[in-house]
Amino acid sequence: MKLLKLVPDHTNIDFMRWRNLALILSLIATALSLGYTAYRGLNLGIDFVGGQVVRAEFAQPVHIDDLRARVDRLGVGEASIQALGNDRTYQIRLPKPEGPETASNVVVTKLRAAIPQEYPGARVDAGESVSGKVSGELAQSSAMAIAFAMIGIALYIWFRFEWQFGVGALLTLAHDVAMTLGFFSFTQLQVDLNVVAAFLTIVGYSLNDTVVIYDRIRENLRKYRKMSILPLLNLSLNETLARTVVTSFTVLIALGVLMAIGPQVIFGLSIAIFLGVVIGTYSSIYISSPVLVWLGVQPDSFLRADDKEEEQADAQPA
Amino acid sequence: MLEFPRWKVWLVSLVVALGVLFSIPSLIAGTPAAASWPKWLPQYRISLGLDLAGGSHLLLEADARDALKQRLQAKEDEVSTELRRDPRIDVGDISTAGGRLSFLVRDPTQVDAAVERLRKLSQPLALTGNRDWDVQVVDSTRVVVSPTPEGSARALKDAMSVARDVVRRRIDPGGTKEITVITEGGNRILVEVPGVEDPEALKKLIGQTARLEFKLVDLSANPQDVQQGRAPPGSQVLPMADGSGFMAVKRRVMVSGDQLTDARQSFDQDGRPDIDITFNTAGARRFGRVTQENVNKPFAIILDDKILSAPNINEPILGGRAQIAGSFTVKSAHDLAVSLASGKLPVKLNVIEERTVSAELGQDSIHKGAIASIISVVGVVIFMLVTYGRFGVYANIALVVNAFLILAIMAIFNATLTLPGIAGFILTIGAAVDANVLINERIREEIRRGRRLIDAVETGYHEAFRAIFDANVTHVISAGIMAYFGSGPVRGFAVVLLIGVVTSVFTAVYFTRMLVALWIRRARPRELHI
Repeated sequence: MKLLKLVPDHTNIDFMRWRNLALILSLIATALSLGYTAYRGLNLGIDFVGGQVVRAEFAQPVHIDDLRARVDRLGVGEASIQALGNDRTYQIRLPKPEGPETASNVVVTKLRAAIPQEYPGARVDAGESVSGKVSGELAQSSAMAIAFAMIGIALYIWFRFEWQFGVGALLTLAHDVAMTLGFFSFTQLQVDLNVVAAFLTIVGYSLNDTVVIYDRIRENLRKYRKMSILPLLNLSLNETLARTVVTSFTVLIALGVLMAIGPQVIFGLSIAIFLGVVIGTYSSIYISSPVLVWLGVQPDSFLRADDKEEEQADAQPA
Repeated sequence: MLEFPRWKVWLVSLVVALGVLFSIPSLIAGTPAAASWPKWLPQYRISLGLDLAGGSHLLLEADARDALKQRLQAKEDEVSTELRRDPRIDVGDISTAGGRLSFLVRDPTQVDAAVERLRKLSQPLALTGNRDWDVQVVDSTRVVVSPTPEGSARALKDAMSVARDVVRRRIDPGGTKEITVITEGGNRILVEVPGVEDPEALKKLIGQTARLEFKLVDLSANPQDVQQGRAPPGSQVLPMADGSGFMAVKRRVMVSGDQLTDARQSFDQDGRPDIDITFNTAGARRFGRVTQENVNKPFAIILDDKILSAPNINEPILGGRAQIAGSFTVKSAHDLAVSLASGKLPVKLNVIEERTVSAELGQDSIHKGAIASIISVVGVVIFMLVTYGRFGVYANIALVVNAFLILAIMAIFNATLTLPGIAGFILTIGAAVDANVLINERIREEIRRGRRLIDAVETGYHEAFRAIFDANVTHVISAGIMAYFGSGPVRGFAVVLLIGVVTSVFTAVYFTRMLVALWIRRARPRELHI
């Protein structure tokens, strides 16, 4: 049986040749992402802004305008209604009502009671209500979790490699998170707690590639001491390219299936990770590696101090 | 590489066999096969999160102001009881304004004695050296009893633990359901009840403080003053529960709900729902004495500061039993009976977060998640097979073993599988083969460099391990942070990722190495097809 090789043997792509172009494009894309997110904002779910969501399944197809009109009549605030896959399943979201923390709960109660009355045979499948206080805390702890994860991983990389690698990891992560944010702002997909879990996963997985490549760079730096840094990076990237492609491919197979036929509730989570894997694969090649050049990683970065002395001694004429 | 001692083979095989064995009860749960699973085999099962099983999740927050108010009221009762004891100290102008209790001592010579007796009532707090109440004299005859911050904090903590038990008893009077009631972050209680699709009944049950008090009606009060909210000294004005106006009652509590042993819904002579209550010995004695002294006077039955009814005492009630009448339905009488029997909530609880999922939606998620998992596994397995041939088969066996091990470990620790957890499971499937990809690509590389077969395999496993280790640590960091910061479903996702990282290193590195070693030893291949 002939085995499949996504990346042919002896592949030798001069990745570093386009490193400046790639950097400029990445910077522009990152700036655009952040700018767009700042301008348009994210479609934050009730987890982060408070409010209530009711998910209902109707016995007969229901027109969205009809549903909207009837919900409006309840006087519970302006509803945003979204069909979930078909015209019999809807998600009705209501803003956080004015007044005390408990008011939001009363609204859900009202809506929950009204739906089966207005539409015989309808069933409320899920109801959520989050008060302003809780949503504020969730938003804060989510932001902290993402920040801690990024810093924690960068520190670990610093500890295991060198400080330049730690900085490279942090920049890579910042790039990946910024791009994913931009995607969520552009598509206005709802950002809920699950999406934050996805962001944290991206932080872990996007570095997966980076770590594998860094490990090879470290190995080659020790092996080929006379090689200058650019060819060495190219060598390391090409040596790990097959693995990078194959692993990304298997993860994307699994996530693609989940996105296509998995439960609708976790679509946001699946697509965020899917995208994160794609972006992470790119950034491990074009962000984390070139950064090492600019931060001045040298072939002797991994030599211990006594090795360096020994080399200096060798260099001096006896 | 080839040195894989027999005992290690047995050990690894044993772990794998146990993994399969322990994961089966979770896999067959809910199917007819579950009934035929022998009793002597492991019964551990993964529990399903509310988003999969269906049910209600409520986050309750204690109204700290209410707790302190209730505490002050209790203090007022305690103080007046103490000062009425022999030698009696007469006091007046009692006020609980500003969060502290203050009153005038009528006889100035008794001020010191009053302070002395009240100080004895206060409790020293462990560690801090402070007491829970501070007693001081102001303007020579006014005594002020104010709560210390430490005392208040301690009281709130105690109130929360009582509240937690009360909530549990109210939701599950029989103590048979699998519900979660835990305190969180000092002033919150998390309630998770599987199977409940309409949280309204639940919220009603928890929303009621159910502080029951019997007080004498103050007949001396001027009806006009009462309607304007003014009561004579020693009395207070309370609203009627049915909204029909106000009534003045004595501040002093005849007997309270704390002294109940039982409450159940029943019917009065006219067939209207009411509640039968039974007092404990002390409560019965006290109720008997007060009713004896006040025959032909009305007393008020007060629930959460609202008067349910104010019947006349026709004769002394000595048996320690009474009926509470009010405008009840059978359901509301039953709910109130449950609340009364479970004790009063020492603090008012507000619902600040609610999430409910129906069992149908949960079932649908499980179904779709299971299908997605199976298709993912099949897709990855085929891909690995066509990419690495024999070594792909080994990676695939490792993948399936890994899936069993994750389930088994989750079952043993009784971890909760949530909907994002299913996503974590699928993601782990995709990522678990990463270690094998690293190893196999490295072996390919070493062979291209011209190493001999065994040498190439050995170098491949050895050199790849460093990268595998470092890459997995990054996952552990992010998943660990997720588990720490995340709530319910997200934590479920993190737990699956964490377990998956650990098991995948075992299966992908150790287990496949054993398979490869056994194959090389048996077949002695001359060249590798990889």
